[in-house]
Amino acid sequence: MTVLTFTLILLLGACCAGFVGSLTGLGGGVIIIPLLTVVLGVDIHYAIGAALVSVIATSSGSAAAYVREGITNMRLGMFLEIATTAGAVGGALLASVAPTSFIAVLFGFTLIFSALNSLRKKEEHNVKNSSPLALALKLPSTYPTPSGPIAYGTKNVVGGFSMMGLAGMLSGLLGIGSGAFKVIAMDNIMRIPFKVSTTTSNFMMGVTATASAVIYLQKGYIEPDICMPVVIGVLLGAMTGAKVLVRANPKKLRVFFAIIIIGLALNMIYNGAVGNI
Amino acid sequence: MQSDKLRDRDIQLIIGNLLRYGVWTALAVAALGGLIYLFNHEQELVHYGNFVEKDVSIFALVEQTLKGAARVKGDDIILLGILLLFLTPILRILFSLIAFLLEKDFLYVGITALVIAIICFSVFFGFAH
Repeated sequence: MTVLTFTLILLLGACCAGFVGSLTGLGGGVIIIPLLTVVLGVDIHYAIGAALVSVIATSSGSAAAYVREGITNMRLGMFLEIATTAGAVGGALLASVAPTSFIAVLFGFTLIFSALNSLRKKEEHNVKNSSPLALALKLPSTYPTPSGPIAYGTKNVVGGFSMMGLAGMLSGLLGIGSGAFKVIAMDNIMRIPFKVSTTTSNFMMGVTATASAVIYLQKGYIEPDICMPVVIGVLLGAMTGAKVLVRANPKKLRVFFAIIIIGLALNMIYNGAVGNI
Repeated sequence: MQSDKLRDRDIQLIIGNLLRYGVWTALAVAALGGLIYLFNHEQELVHYGNFVEKDVSIFALVEQTLKGAARVKGDDIILLGILLLFLTPILRILFSLIAFLLEKDFLYVGITALVIAIICFSVFFGFAH
């Protein structure tokens, strides 16, 4: 395949990945990896390098809007970044010694878990009383709504912090934003309102991904010629997806895409297990 | 309390703009590099099936990239864009550190400094010495 054909296919594929990623809430990076490895035969190390770079671009781009609106809880984000960056550094160092088949199989299972989780019905939390540790860390805050700011509390800081460490590790190991795990940590464990947890998770991804990207860069995972079409394509696709999301709540589309993603994930697990990846 | 809130709002605006312009600048540089790269190498064959592990310190890498970009080498200009992209969240943290210092919120000055230390750790230990 020539450089031109490869770049064009990748650009198109990355656009689709970004679009599906934004509709399902999984993120484009997680979908571009099976495309690169299974379809285009790219080594998984280059694939996770390119995916991680696209995670930094999309999350910083969309975080910008939420931060300006004041929905993001920056103290919460900063505090939990201790766990995610430490996990990410560990994950990235592990990625350089782990066998590629192990990475492929773990990636497949993570993708299935995230896809199933994206279909789960989200329940809205809003606890009034915070735990003493949350108060000491000044984590409870407010978020703006059309009818004025709403205050929310925070619970189970230690549990959420540990889950964030795991999310960071998966991010560094697999080159993904691991938004699903971050939202579980904040939503299900710390009982933070959905709007705050999604935007804060997005805000944290850039810093988390950069912590492992620096290691990827020095080990040669980041191949500029692969990253360029991936980053631009994913970002364009994600922006288009966000526009579609505003107009409709494509519930049926989400189920459809989740099935496709699970198919891709099973393919990666199979290829990893038989040693093709 | 009121002035505190006002300051939080300013910080939100500055960080929001920093993220936005950082990403767009980085992407513009990477896209430019991509066009130059495609123009010079369009008919070459790709070979990304095998991973070649490297071991370059980030300082050497930045130096190589800047030299290559100065000679208008496409892949080095893309990498320069990617480096700018990595710099965006790092600048965001440094800015948060200053903001927490100005607010005299020393607990969060410490927390932010710890995150910076972890990133520095990954810079220094990400390659074999």
